[in-house]
Amino acid sequence: MKQATEREQLTRTDEMPILLTEEARRFTEEVIKRSGERVDWCYQCGKCTAGCPVAFAMDMEPSRIMRLVQLGQGERVLKSKAIWLCVGCQTCTTRCPQEIDTAKVMDTLREMALEKGLATDKEVVTFFRSFLENIQRYGRVFEPTLVLQYNLRSGHLLQDADKGTLMLSKGKLPLRPSRNGAIVRRIFDALGGRKR
Amino acid sequence: MTAYAYFPGCSAHGTAKEYDRSTQSVCAKLGIELEEIPDWVCCGASPAHAVNHLLSLALVAKNLDLSPSDTIVTGCAACYNRFKTAVHALQHDRPLWEQVKQIVQPTKLNGRDFRVLHLLEVIHEFGLEGLKERVVKPLKGLKVACYYGCLLVRPPKVVGFDDPDNPKKMDELIAAIGAEPAEWEFKTECCGAFHAVPHPEIVLRLTSNILQAAKDAGADVVSVACPMCQINLDLRQLDIQKRHKVNFNMPVLYFTQLLGLALGINEGELGFDRLIVDPRPVLKDKGLI
Repeated sequence: MKQATEREQLTRTDEMPILLTEEARRFTEEVIKRSGERVDWCYQCGKCTAGCPVAFAMDMEPSRIMRLVQLGQGERVLKSKAIWLCVGCQTCTTRCPQEIDTAKVMDTLREMALEKGLATDKEVVTFFRSFLENIQRYGRVFEPTLVLQYNLRSGHLLQDADKGTLMLSKGKLPLRPSRNGAIVRRIFDALGGRKR
Repeated sequence: MTAYAYFPGCSAHGTAKEYDRSTQSVCAKLGIELEEIPDWVCCGASPAHAVNHLLSLALVAKNLDLSPSDTIVTGCAACYNRFKTAVHALQHDRPLWEQVKQIVQPTKLNGRDFRVLHLLEVIHEFGLEGLKERVVKPLKGLKVACYYGCLLVRPPKVVGFDDPDNPKKMDELIAAIGAEPAEWEFKTECCGAFHAVPHPEIVLRLTSNILQAAKDAGADVVSVACPMCQINLDLRQLDIQKRHKVNFNMPVLYFTQLLGLALGINEGELGFDRLIVDPRPVLKDKGLI
């Protein structure tokens, strides 16, 4: 690293009141670097948690995740369900007094959890994977096969089965998929190993 | 006036056909010209940015490259947010954008300065007075709870749409067509978005709260500007009834359907029959259809 950035100085263990192991420090730094967000600036005011619409369903709330990231508790954070329950509504990002883009930190944590094979929420991971495969195939979302694939993979075979007929009768399901899959596949191919 | 490049979004051809159709009718009526981006592809929605930042930017960049105009309009709050985020990166993070270009290999992106608008903004810019003048059937007596959701208004630094806590643009359009916007506090509360598939119980809880607030505010209908919000608030009323034994029977219309009605566009083009909770009884009751 060419620049000894302000960020690096601030996350050095000798300037922190709590001593972190080398591994813990590396995790904190990786999250800060990849997200571009100063997680180390969080002072636990709790506004992110107070405004989070899904905090009620989380195993650890957003402010706690921020604290655990500061403390380098990688495995606990990456194995949490909470990072997958975050719906990306951006309320935390909008309200953070330290201007940390908390929702973006959640994106980074999900990316890291997948890379390390630590993702725990089977439903959300299955849905995301089915969605991204769907657009690689057709270019645009084709709801009928997306729902079918999700149901098959997640084992929730009959989820929303009662709505299919209604949606069809209301003309709310497309009958033919788009044919722009190749355009999207080229983008995934160019991303190479990053493909999910 | 030059045409806006129109990005319909994937739902426009499926669950939200009535949004697309009423959008086209209303814009035609107002003389707002829309030109669909040829061969547009999915913006990646939540699943792309949730697991791969570069992918989410690349999918939007591809659409920008295909766009016939530098001013892009979409009716979907989620697509709007993705486009805004990508254009923000294009304007503020050159190194990141260079990586995106490597992936997309654009042919027509250089030197272009994009402006991304939600359809609400386009009609708002068209002018409230102009809209009022064209109203043939004021929606008198109809109380409307305007629901904006998350992605239209947040984060304000990136989208710059309106006041993130108390947006007014849709309320002003609704007032211009003679209806009464409801005062309520759930305008920008989250509907649960994609959790409708992986964790439907979350969506049921959040949408119940929103619908209850609309009802408490005395609203006859809810007006939305996003296909995801619409289907969560409308379709999920079936599950709320089944599991929580509460029947809101609250019609959830696209704002373009209400505008279209006031502008005298015929009912068939507006697709009221496609909505799950039928809005026609209340519209009939108010003498509007």
